[in-house]
Amino acid sequence: MAVTEDKHKNIEALEEATIRFAGDSGDGMQLTGGQFTNATAIVGNDLSTLPDYPAEIRAPAGSLAGVSGFQIHFSSKEIYTPGDILDVLVAMNPAALKANLKDLKPGGMLIVNTNAFNETNLKKVNYTSNPLEDAALQSKYKVFGIEISRLTQLALEGSSLSAKHVDRTKNLFALGLMCWLYTRPMEKTIEWLNQKFKDKPDILDANLKVLKAGYHFGETTEVFISSYKIDQAKIKPGKYRNITGNEATVLGLIAASKKAGITPLLGSYPITPASDILHELAKYKQFGFRTFQAEDEIAAIGVALGASFAGGLGITTTSGPGVCLKSEFINLAIKTELPLVICDIQRGGPSTGLPTKTEQSDLLQAMFGRNGDSPIPIVSASTPGDCFEAVFEAVRIAIKYMTPVFFLSDGYIANGSEPWEIPDANKLPNIEVKFRKEKEGFSSYLRDEKTLARPWAIPGTPGLEHVLTGIETEVTTGKINYDPANHDAMVKIRAKKIENIENDIPDIKPVFGGEKGDLLILGWGSTYGSICAATELLIASGHKVANAHLRYLNPFPKNLGAFLKNYKKVLIPEINMGQMNMLIRAKYLVDSQGLNIVAGKPLKVNSITEAAESLLK
Amino acid sequence: MATLEQPKYTKADFESANDVRWCPGCGDYAILSAVQSVMPTLGIPKEKFVFVSGIGCSSRFPHYMNCYGFHTIHGRALTVASGVKSINPDLSVWVVTGDGDGLSIGGNHTMHAIRRNQDLKILLFNNKIYGLTKGQYSPTSELGKKTKSTPMGSIDNPINPVSLAIASGATFVARTIDKNVKHMMEIFKEAAAHKGTAFIEIYQNCLIFNDNAFVDYTEKEVKDDHSVYLTSGKPLVYGKESDKAIKLNGFSAQSTGAKNGDLKNALIHDPTVKDKALAYVLGQMGVENPELPVAFGVLRKVEEPTYQDRLLDQEKQALSKKPNASIEDILNAGDTWVVS
Repeated sequence: MAVTEDKHKNIEALEEATIRFAGDSGDGMQLTGGQFTNATAIVGNDLSTLPDYPAEIRAPAGSLAGVSGFQIHFSSKEIYTPGDILDVLVAMNPAALKANLKDLKPGGMLIVNTNAFNETNLKKVNYTSNPLEDAALQSKYKVFGIEISRLTQLALEGSSLSAKHVDRTKNLFALGLMCWLYTRPMEKTIEWLNQKFKDKPDILDANLKVLKAGYHFGETTEVFISSYKIDQAKIKPGKYRNITGNEATVLGLIAASKKAGITPLLGSYPITPASDILHELAKYKQFGFRTFQAEDEIAAIGVALGASFAGGLGITTTSGPGVCLKSEFINLAIKTELPLVICDIQRGGPSTGLPTKTEQSDLLQAMFGRNGDSPIPIVSASTPGDCFEAVFEAVRIAIKYMTPVFFLSDGYIANGSEPWEIPDANKLPNIEVKFRKEKEGFSSYLRDEKTLARPWAIPGTPGLEHVLTGIETEVTTGKINYDPANHDAMVKIRAKKIENIENDIPDIKPVFGGEKGDLLILGWGSTYGSICAATELLIASGHKVANAHLRYLNPFPKNLGAFLKNYKKVLIPEINMGQMNMLIRAKYLVDSQGLNIVAGKPLKVNSITEAAESLLK
Repeated sequence: MATLEQPKYTKADFESANDVRWCPGCGDYAILSAVQSVMPTLGIPKEKFVFVSGIGCSSRFPHYMNCYGFHTIHGRALTVASGVKSINPDLSVWVVTGDGDGLSIGGNHTMHAIRRNQDLKILLFNNKIYGLTKGQYSPTSELGKKTKSTPMGSIDNPINPVSLAIASGATFVARTIDKNVKHMMEIFKEAAAHKGTAFIEIYQNCLIFNDNAFVDYTEKEVKDDHSVYLTSGKPLVYGKESDKAIKLNGFSAQSTGAKNGDLKNALIHDPTVKDKALAYVLGQMGVENPELPVAFGVLRKVEEPTYQDRLLDQEKQALSKKPNASIEDILNAGDTWVVS
C-alpha cells in the first residue's frame, strides 16, 4: 500500500515511548490501541500494554465515567511495564483530557480532537472554559489541536453512510495519524479491516479512507515537525506473537489437557475480567475441549468437579466474587481429593468492587477462604505470557497430587499484552495420568507413598465402585468416620500432602541482583514488571538490591526462609493491604515491609524505587 | 457368532456393606429397596451406574448402593451429575435429592438441569419437611404447617415439584409413592429407559417429623378415592368402586362419573403430548385442588435430543471443519514474527 511508503519529512530515533489513546467508551479506543499494538509487535519492539476501560458498557457519552483508555509502552530495549508516565496522550474529548492529563509528562505531546471540545462536552465534565485555550496548558505540554471529527467527515464526503456512522470511524483517523507519527506499518490493520468488514463494502471503504486520511494528514500537514522511529528491540531470538494473559491462560489449559490426554471441561459463569477465557475456550471443540456455561458460579464449579470425578480435567474460571460462591465446592474438592483447577482473575474488591480494574487482593481468600483446615496449592502468573506456564503448572500439580489448585491472574495481566516467545509444543512436559484399574488391594484413600495422592478410580471401571463424600472419612478406606483420632489424622494428612509439593517446585532465586544484599524486593503476580524495572534502576544507582518473584504461593519454595535471611531488609510491594507480607511474616518471622497501593492500577516503578530508597537510608 | 454376555446381577449386588442409618420405618428404605431391585433388570453393567446426591436424609442414598457414588454438598448434586454425564455420556447417572435439597437450596439447579435435558434420572424424595435438621418446614410444606420454625404455622405457599419440572421443560415427569413398591419399580424402569432428564417425585413418609403426610394415598379405606393411577392409552378412572373418572373442562380437570355412558367423557391418558399444559393440569390435581385425586404415574414423556447428544454433535462438527488440529497450530496462530 502506498500509505506505508516512507514519506516522512524528518525521522527522529527514540529509544522508547509510552502513549495512551483515550476517548469515550463508544469511541473504539480499545480497538485503536489493539491495532497500534499489532503494528508495533510487527516492527519488533518490545512492548507492554494496559487497557483501562469502565465497568459500564456505555456510560453516558462524554462523561468522566465513560472514559476508556489504552496505553502502550514500546521500546528498542527490553521493558517490563506499560509505563509510569505518558509521552503522548491522544484525547478524543474533554472527559478523556480531564481523566488522563495528570499522567502526561511535562513537555509531553497532547493530541486532541478539537471538534469534541464544544460547550456541551465541556459542561459535562465541569470545564468552565475551554482548557485548550489555557495558556498554562499550552506552555506545559506540546498541544496539537486537530479537527479529527471534521477531517473524518471531509474524508468521507459523498459517502452513503449516516453522519453517526461517519463519526464512528474517527478513531481510525487517530490510529492512522499515530501510525505515521511512530512510523508503524498499516498492512495488518488494513488486512484486519478487510476481514472484519468483508460483507459490508461501504463501511470497509469508509474505514480504509479514514485510516489513510489520518496517515496522510501527518505526512502533509505542517503541524508535526518530525516523526519518530524506535528500532527493533534486541530480545531473545525466537518466534514471537503478541499475547494477553487471558489468551495465554487459554493456550496453557489446552496444552496441559492435551499433554495429560484427558478430556477437559470448563465450567464457568460469565464474570469480568475472566469471561474471555470462556469465550476463547468455547472455540476449541475440535480439541475435545468442553465448555459449560452454567447457571451460576456454584454450578460452574460443580460441573467441573463432576467432570474430574468422571475422569476429565475439571476447570473453572472466575474472579473474586465468584470465588466467594465457589468456596463450599472447593472444600468438597479438597475433602474428596479430586483434581480441579480454579482460575481466579482477580479484580478490585470487596464485593462488586472495581470489575474492570486490577488488584491482588484474593490471595488470602485463595489461601484460607473456606471452613475448616483446607490446604490448597496456589500458583500465580507474573506477566501476560507467563500465564501459559503458570496455568500449565496448576494442571500438573492438580493431577499429580489429586487436589484442587488455585491459579491466580489479575485484570492487568489478563487484558494487558506483551510479545511472547512461542514455546515448542514438543518440549512441553507430559502430565502423567494414572487411572486406577486393578481391583486387587483397592481402597479409595490408599495413598501413593511419595505424593500422598489417593488413587483416581473413575466410574466405568469394574470392581472399583466407591462413594466420595464431604463427610470425614476413614484414613484408608474412605468410609464415613467420625472418630476424633481419625479426623486429627486426616487433617494432618491433607496438610502434609500439600506441604510436600515444596519438593516438586523450583527454588527461589534473584531475578536481578545478587544472592545477598541490603534489600530484597519480593513480589508475586502482576507486580513483576514494575518490580524488575525498579530493581534495575536501583542497582544502576549503586544500591545492593535484588528482586525475587514468587510463582508458587502455597506451598512456598523450600529455600524461601533461608533465602530471605540473605538480605538485610525485605520489601514486599503488593496491590493489596499486605496479604503476602502477612504470610511471609507469619511463616518466616522476617520483619518484611509492605508497599501497598490499592488504586485499581498496576504499581508504578517510581513508587517502588521511592519505597526502596527510604528503606535503604 | 459370539454374543456379548450381559453380566447377570441380583439385588444383592447393588447393596453396599454399609449399615443403613435411616430412622426405623422411614420411607427411604422402601425406595432404596425398589431401586436396588430395578438395577439388575436394566441390562447396564454395574460399574456404569453413578449415584450423586446433595445433603439431607435422602442424600445418604449413595452410601447404601454398591455403585460409584458422590455425596456432594447441599443442593448441588445436579451440577456434579451434569459434569459426570458431560465427560462420560455412557454412564447411567442417578441423582437423589429431597424437597429441601432440590427445591430450596438447589432449586436453581433443578430448573437448569431439567431445561438442558441432561440425561439424568432425578429421584426427588418429597417428605414435606426438613428431616436431617430435625423438623423445620420445607418448600413443599402446606400453608399453615406448624413446625419448629413456624410455631404459628407456615406463611409460605408451597411449591408443587412436578409443576416446576414441567414448566422447566422436563421430557419425563412422574410421581410415585414409597408405600407402592410395585409402582415405584415400574416408574424407575421407565425412567431408566428414557433418554433425557427424568424427574420423579416420590412421596415419602417421615415418621419422626411429619408422619402421616401421605395417608390419603396409602390408607386402604381412603386411598382409592384420593389417587388416580395413570396408564398410557387408558381413561383416568379412580375410586374405591372405580366409579369416578377425570375429564377436562377447558384448562381444568374435573371429576365425573365412570359408570354407564359417562366413561366416554373421561380423559384418555397420553403422556407423549408435546404441549406441556395437559401434564401441568394432571400434576396440579389433588395438590393445588384437593377435591380431585392426586395423579401417580408418568405425567409427561416426550422425546428430544439430550444435552449430551448436542454436545457431542457440536464436537463432531468442529472436528470435521478442523481435523488434525494440533497444539502447534494454536500456539502459532495469528500474527507471529521471528527474532534472529
